[in-house]
Amino acid sequence: MPTILEMRGITKEFPGVKALNNVSLSVEEGEIHALVGENGAGKSTLMKVLSGVYPHGSYSGDIVFDGEVRAYRGIRDSEADGIIIIHQELALIPLLSIAENIFLGNERARGGIIDWRRTEARAAELLEQVGLRESPKTLVDDLGLGKQQLVEIAKALSKDVRLMILDEPTSSLNETDSRKLLDLLLEFKAKGMTSILISHKLNEISRVADTITVIRDGAAVSRLDCAEGISEGRIIRDMVGRSLDNRFPERVAHAREETALEVRNWTVRHPIHSERRVVDDVSFHVKRGEVLGIAGLMGAGRTELAMSLFGRSWGAGIEGEAWIGGARADLSTVRRAIDAGLAYVTEDRKTYGLVLDDTIRRNVPLAKLEAVADGLVVNRNREAEVAERYRKRLNIKSSSIEQEAVNLSGGNQQKVVLSKWLFADPDILILDEPTRGIDVGAKFEIYTVIRDLAASGKAIIVISSEMPELLGVTDRLYVMNEGRFVAEMATEEASQERIMTAIIKSGEEAA
Amino acid sequence: MTQASTNPGSDGFTASQAKASWSFLRGHLREYGILFALIAIMVFFQIATDGILLKPINLTNLVLQNSYIVIMAIGMLLVIVSGHIDLSVGSVLGFVGALAAVMIVQWDLPYLLAAVLCLAAGALIGMAQGFWVAYFRIPSFIVTLAGMLVFKGLTLWLLAGQSVGPFPAQFQLIASGFIPDIFGAEGLNLFSLVIGLVVATAILAFAIRTRMSQAKTGAPTEPFAFFAAKHGLIFVALVYMSWLMAGFRGLPNVFIVMALLIAIYSFVTSRTTIGRRIYAIGGNEKAATLSGINSQRLVFLTFANMGMLAALAGLVFAARLNTATPKAGVSFELDVIAAVFIGGASMAGGVGTVVGAVIGAFIMGVMNNGMSILGIGIDWQQCIKGLVLLAAVIFDVMNKKKG
Repeated sequence: MPTILEMRGITKEFPGVKALNNVSLSVEEGEIHALVGENGAGKSTLMKVLSGVYPHGSYSGDIVFDGEVRAYRGIRDSEADGIIIIHQELALIPLLSIAENIFLGNERARGGIIDWRRTEARAAELLEQVGLRESPKTLVDDLGLGKQQLVEIAKALSKDVRLMILDEPTSSLNETDSRKLLDLLLEFKAKGMTSILISHKLNEISRVADTITVIRDGAAVSRLDCAEGISEGRIIRDMVGRSLDNRFPERVAHAREETALEVRNWTVRHPIHSERRVVDDVSFHVKRGEVLGIAGLMGAGRTELAMSLFGRSWGAGIEGEAWIGGARADLSTVRRAIDAGLAYVTEDRKTYGLVLDDTIRRNVPLAKLEAVADGLVVNRNREAEVAERYRKRLNIKSSSIEQEAVNLSGGNQQKVVLSKWLFADPDILILDEPTRGIDVGAKFEIYTVIRDLAASGKAIIVISSEMPELLGVTDRLYVMNEGRFVAEMATEEASQERIMTAIIKSGEEAA
Repeated sequence: MTQASTNPGSDGFTASQAKASWSFLRGHLREYGILFALIAIMVFFQIATDGILLKPINLTNLVLQNSYIVIMAIGMLLVIVSGHIDLSVGSVLGFVGALAAVMIVQWDLPYLLAAVLCLAAGALIGMAQGFWVAYFRIPSFIVTLAGMLVFKGLTLWLLAGQSVGPFPAQFQLIASGFIPDIFGAEGLNLFSLVIGLVVATAILAFAIRTRMSQAKTGAPTEPFAFFAAKHGLIFVALVYMSWLMAGFRGLPNVFIVMALLIAIYSFVTSRTTIGRRIYAIGGNEKAATLSGINSQRLVFLTFANMGMLAALAGLVFAARLNTATPKAGVSFELDVIAAVFIGGASMAGGVGTVVGAVIGAFIMGVMNNGMSILGIGIDWQQCIKGLVLLAAVIFDVMNKKKG
């Protein structure tokens, strides 16, 4: 078969990070090509380079499509060649109809006036092709996620697609919908269409893929031909097989006997789809001086678990008990959770962590403002002292405490958020993806803070999708998948293979 | 021998101070630009009106005319900083004026009791609106648009379409009275001048004390020359204004009320935990909530406060007109909101100062007054005010992008 796409030596750098390092990818016409790798390995970056989201010139290397070198300046350019991406977060507009969504930006119109009859007739044909039995006039909002995914595919088909890229298409689908979607892919393949499938679910990949490219740390590490019979173990090894050198401070066990926090039978439902249990009957504990890790893939329910514990900041119909220091704790509001000794450092520091337009001085004391105030009046000197103290302690690189958070780099923003919670002086600190998007140096500093806090008797819970990080910094691990804790292990006995296997096994059992 | 060669140190000091002040000013153009705009506009009209603008009687009128806008702008600043808006304040002002008229004129209630009841009614109205905004997340634009219609209607109903008045003389004093001169000097209200001097001195002393304690902790401060020039200017302006007004009938009562409100709310917004939290909510409500701040309650209180200040403005306005009319307060909300935005507040919330809002209100006021003296018709006045609002906000946005 001829090669339809060849990406040669793609290198893409962000300030301070090399996201892709000389990656090559070759896709043959009419095949299903799977792209696998851990979160943050560089899969999405590679696809953004391909689709022109990162325009020509912002990366080095060549994209050869249909035998010609292409220079895409935006999604419109790549779509004109028939390269269509379907993102993990669906890009549909809920209050428009199926037909309107399919032809959004590509309307069937003459002189700016939409030809509704042609729109709906063509939409009906496309829906037939993807096997979706719905009227084109139905609102997307009224469809389940599985059907919405099919609308996305119909939308791709409407654009004369030659190469369809699906980014984690089944991550939010149930088993039946996933199977239907994969069958559809096979059907398209039989008709000669090429697709790239990005997925974590190795069982799905081994079912449909012809070729697998494994990406790790921004490099393509292997290209596997499925005709030769590839074991899942082999793929996992390629995905995670990096060595852990000195990227973590030395681990000294500080865990004490007293349990700092115990959670029993915690269940959290989705705020809108209340039948979905995003956290399902989870029980766990963490000891004082212990660093506890929660591993899992994106969407496993870890952030939801943490936020629901922290003052019911996420979810609905929360059930279960939390015990702190031998007494049942009231965590019903954020204030009460803080007073009970809990702190939550969010994974999304810009949305949930910082007041971006405010200075370091004003951000740091925010969670415990009364501690820098005399009665109701903020003591600006004490506030400045506190901010300066944390700026030095966490080595926040900034001109002064008067620098606005928005002008700091990601790592330093994260340190400001961390400062805020250190100043609140919690007993139990939950860190959600504490090093996402941060360079290696800042990561080490944050790991050191984590170990120091544990040494001082705090209980730390680290949620992370980077397994090496969990293995490097924690004492004990839980593995979470699809809302449940599916495995517990001492970090000494844990390995990336064991964690991945636990996730995949539990996924297959559920299926 | 020139001075420079004998004493290079002091000259170098002056030069570096000037340079530091200039670069500080450029860095803080957003904060001070609005003040310069007010000064420029005042100078312009002072010249264009042949000095009528700053005549004692006109200056006093300027303060009286704009007092209710300033009072409401203070409340509106808090509402806008918290990320919301209140369109109902004009109607609430009219309604409370009508309520006061009915209570005092028709029911013969003592005016003090009536005033207290009116303020309470205003706070209740604010709470009723804030309740939906804060606890049910109904957009404030819609809730207060509804409130605007409701209270306009209730004003008509309360007054049965008629004007109600006049008020007793005692009540009128709120808006048209002047503080008594305890010294009884001829042709000059000496007491007013003394108050002006005392306040100006107090502000200066306070600023110096703050600066000294900042220097102790090594916090970065304004360059000395800038500090001196700024506070020198404020001192002179305050003393000059009180001298001017002392030359007419002294400081108006409502000026004292306004000054107290400005002082109190400036302090609350910039120095207290409550103020700090309101800014945090406007800046990033999710982050504020996750920091343990009860944003719902604070937004609720912000609206309650707005209602109370609108009621106070309603009393002042009714007392000034000496009658309550169904048309009172119509479209005042637009002047108030414009003042706050001219004063540098951000539509998105989290940014703005009380002093800025007050200056914004006076920019509008001086332009109204100056253009009226010049005999410019209401048609062109509206256009020009609209363009000034647009220009102020464009300046703000451009400056932010650059910064």
